Amino acid sequence: MRRALVAGLFFLLLLGGWEALSRSGLWSAVILPPPGAVARYLWGGLRDGSLAEAALVTGRRLAAGYLLGAAVGLPLGFLTAKSRTASDTVGVLALGLQTLPSVCWAPLAILWFGQTETAVLFVVVMGTVWSIALATDGGVRGVPPIFGRAARTMGSRGLHTMLRVTLPASLPVVVSGMKQGWAFAWRSLMAAEIFVTILTGFGLGHLLHYGRELHAMDQVLGVMIVVVAVGLLVDRAVFGPAERWLRRRWGAEGR
Amino acid sequence: MSKSFPSDKGPVLALDRVSLEVAEGEFVCLVGPSGCGKTTLLNIVAGLDRPDAGEVLADGGPVRGPGADRMVMFQESALFPWLDAMGNVEFGLGLKPGLDRRTRRDYAHYYLRMVGLERFRHAAVHELSGGMKQRVALARALAPEPRVLLMDEPFASLDALTREQFYGDLQRIWRQHRRTILLVTHNVREAACLGDRVVLLSPHPGRIREEFRVDLPRPRDFHGVELARHSGEIMAALRGHLESPPAEGAE
Repeated sequence: MRRALVAGLFFLLLLGGWEALSRSGLWSAVILPPPGAVARYLWGGLRDGSLAEAALVTGRRLAAGYLLGAAVGLPLGFLTAKSRTASDTVGVLALGLQTLPSVCWAPLAILWFGQTETAVLFVVVMGTVWSIALATDGGVRGVPPIFGRAARTMGSRGLHTMLRVTLPASLPVVVSGMKQGWAFAWRSLMAAEIFVTILTGFGLGHLLHYGRELHAMDQVLGVMIVVVAVGLLVDRAVFGPAERWLRRRWGAEGR
Repeated sequence: MSKSFPSDKGPVLALDRVSLEVAEGEFVCLVGPSGCGKTTLLNIVAGLDRPDAGEVLADGGPVRGPGADRMVMFQESALFPWLDAMGNVEFGLGLKPGLDRRTRRDYAHYYLRMVGLERFRHAAVHELSGGMKQRVALARALAPEPRVLLMDEPFASLDALTREQFYGDLQRIWRQHRRTILLVTHNVREAACLGDRVVLLSPHPGRIREEFRVDLPRPRDFHGVELARHSGEIMAALRGHLESPPAEGAE
């Protein structure tokens, strides 16, 4: 209760500061619209469905790109952790490509795939897959060898050991890697939507882009707020339960 | 059942022409200072390590790898943190063919009750104390009903009080469910308290030096006078072996 009060007060102060700044006349309302204007934009966008539609388009791309990235990244990380050859080859490649900001893939994607959904998907997957692979690699390598030995004495072998021992044992690290991967996917997608203009769906990034083109700062700020809200929501709704489960099972030691 | 194997391990001889036979239902304790190869011996019997020469025979057949007929209890509990106590006990049962879900649950319940932890069946591993963890590990090792239970210093990380209570419980459980047990320890009194036979090893190279039969009735009192006499005798022998290295043939 007290925490909610403090949090509420903090955000009220933030809004108050914003309002005060926009009234001070230091910047014109075109550059810094008051909170009221942004709220009006958000309300309008919610009522005519344009925000929800854009969020849906973006969400669909995010889900597809993230799931594909995870589907490739998880096995890849397993492979590099278990095979020295894979680690010396694909592992090094993953390490290198992870340092490449995913927006750098955008020019290539446009030339290869044109202004299509595939180009956006490509950028998101490239932004996601390496960080998930590296986290999985670290997680699998960090599994205490005694777990594998104990499992072997109980008759566990090969695939069974991998799915029932190595995978769950690496979860604390893998989940935080998945979370990081999601953050990368989200960033990549926004970059892709701002840079790759495509006509098959109008996402949040496009709304942001056209807000700038039209000098509609209320729209720019409004969409930014939506982007933050979606990020928070996914963090709480998807990763929150997973992290709670990890804490309950592993206790304080398990991050 | 007979097991016999000499073994080389790298340039250091962890086990030098060691031969040991353990009878069905016998409780044998391997005692020796660190470096005497007792844990290596246990790991080879478990199938986790391979001997360079010689072999382990279980029921007349050679041991080629780990198997559910030989369960191991490690120094640390090695419980899986992603499973609760019950899930840990069920893990090994899940690998035993021909058990349906219900039977597995019943078995797990039974063995958790036996170690006195039925109330904690849904506890997470980190919520259990060191002694409780080893109890769950014992239940996990016993549940699939192995022919042999291998224990690698299972009490080393427990405090004295918990340990002594554990001795009593282990003796009770062993009398109810007679299993062949091979226990590794560096605690002479513990070995005398638990074993039918105490096998003394000495290091550099690891060799079996002497064997003692402990014919005291069970349950044995850890602080009993008779036990003290036995452990004193074994301790004296151990000291003697440490001072005089084996005469022949060590390189």
